[in-house]
Amino acid sequence: MRAFAAIIVRDLRLATRIGGEALTLVLFFVMIGVVVPFAIGPDSAQLGRLAPGIIWIAAFLSMLLGLDRLFRADEEDGSLRLFRHSTLPLEALVGAKLIAHWLLTAVPLIIASPILAVLLSMSMEDWLRAVLSLLIGTPALVGFGALGAAVTVSLRRGGLIAPVLILPLCVPVLIFGVGAIAGLGSAQAMVFLGAISLVTCAFSPLFAALALRAAED
Amino acid sequence: MNPMNTPNALPARTITVSDLTCRRGERLLFAGLRFAVPPGELLLLRGPNGVGKTTLLLSIAGVVRPEAGTIAVTGRGEEDRPGADLHLLSHQPASKARLTVRENLSFWADLFAGDRSLVLPALEATGLAAIADLEAGHLSAGQTRRLAIARLLVADRPIWLLDEPTSALDGEGEDLVIRLLDAHLKRGGIAVAATHHDIHLPPPANVRTLTLVQP
Repeated sequence: MRAFAAIIVRDLRLATRIGGEALTLVLFFVMIGVVVPFAIGPDSAQLGRLAPGIIWIAAFLSMLLGLDRLFRADEEDGSLRLFRHSTLPLEALVGAKLIAHWLLTAVPLIIASPILAVLLSMSMEDWLRAVLSLLIGTPALVGFGALGAAVTVSLRRGGLIAPVLILPLCVPVLIFGVGAIAGLGSAQAMVFLGAISLVTCAFSPLFAALALRAAED
Repeated sequence: MNPMNTPNALPARTITVSDLTCRRGERLLFAGLRFAVPPGELLLLRGPNGVGKTTLLLSIAGVVRPEAGTIAVTGRGEEDRPGADLHLLSHQPASKARLTVRENLSFWADLFAGDRSLVLPALEATGLAAIADLEAGHLSAGQTRRLAIARLLVADRPIWLLDEPTSALDGEGEDLVIRLLDAHLKRGGIAVAATHHDIHLPPPANVRTLTLVQP
C-alpha cells in the first residue's frame, strides 16, 4: 500500500511544482467555452441547448491533451522499468498512476466547469447534472486513455497516435455523458455512463500493464 | 567465514542461467549461455559494446524475455513476487528533475518497500547528504549516478544487477562502488555487473568474470 500511495503523492507533487502543467488543461477547457459563443452566436437559448455537448467535447479534448504524459516521463527516465521490481504488481502501480492522473486532469476541469456554465448560459440544474456526469464519466476517459498511452509509450513521437487510437472507444462515453445532462432518459444514461466507467476502470490497469510490459520486451 | 552467519545477512539467492539465447531485433546476441551465481559472489560481465551485456542484465531482471533458455533464481518463496528481491541499476537515472534528492530517494524507498530511515544514511554513504534538498535536475552526471546508487541502499535486496556502475563517477565514486559491493557480498548478497572498468574487490571476495563474445 505504501508503494501505491507513494506513486499518487509523487505524481501530484510533480504536477504542482513550479513549471507543472496542471493548469494548462484547465486553460484549454475554458478557452473552448470562450470561443464557442463567438462561433455559434450569442443566442443564449441555443447556447444553453448545445452546452452539454460543448462541455463534454471540451473535457474530452483537454483530457486527450494530457494523455501523452501519463507514462512517457516514467518511461524515458527508466522509472517504469523499476516499477516492475516493486513489491506491488505493475497493475496496481498503473492503477495508482491512473488515480493521480484523474485527480490532475479531470478534477480541475470539474472545478472549472462553473466558468463554462456561465459562458454557455447553462441553467443551474443543467450545470449540476453536468458536474455529476463529468464525475461519473471522466474515469472512463482516463481508463481508455491509459490503454492508448501504454500502447504508444515506446513510440518516441506517439503523442498524437494515442488520442486517435482511443477516440472510437470514447464515443460511448461522450454519447451517454451528454445524454446524462439533458434530454429524455438522462437518469438511464447516467447509469450507463457509470457502468462504462466501472468496467473501464476495472480492466484498464490490467491491459495497460500488459502493454507496458510488452513495450519493453 | 560463512556469510549466512553474519548479522543482517540477506536472504540467500542463486541465479542459474542455462542455455540462454537472446536476440535484440534481428540480431543474435549470444546463444547457449550458461553460468550460476551463488550467494556472496560477484559476476563481472565483460565484452565489447553491443555484445549483449545490458540485455543479459535485463533478462535476469525479467524485463526482456529471452528467446530460449531459462533463468532460475532459487531461494524465492512461493508467495514472493519475482523481481521484488532485486535492484537494477541501469544507465537511466530514474530520478525526477523537479523533485529533491531526498524526495526522489524516499519515493524509491516506498516503492521497493524499503525503510525510510535508511534514506539519510544512504545519502550520507553516497556523499549526497549536503545536497539532499536540492532538486535532482541540478545534479551533475556523477551526482545523478550517485543518487541512483543510493537507491540500492534504501531497500535490502539480495540481488544487484548493475549496468556500468562506475560510469560518470570520479575516483572516489569508484571506491564507493567497490566498498558497497564488498559489503553486499559479505552479507551474502549476489551481484552481476556489466563493466568496462576493472572492479578489484579486496581479496577474500568471490569475483568471477564472464566475457561475452559475438557468436
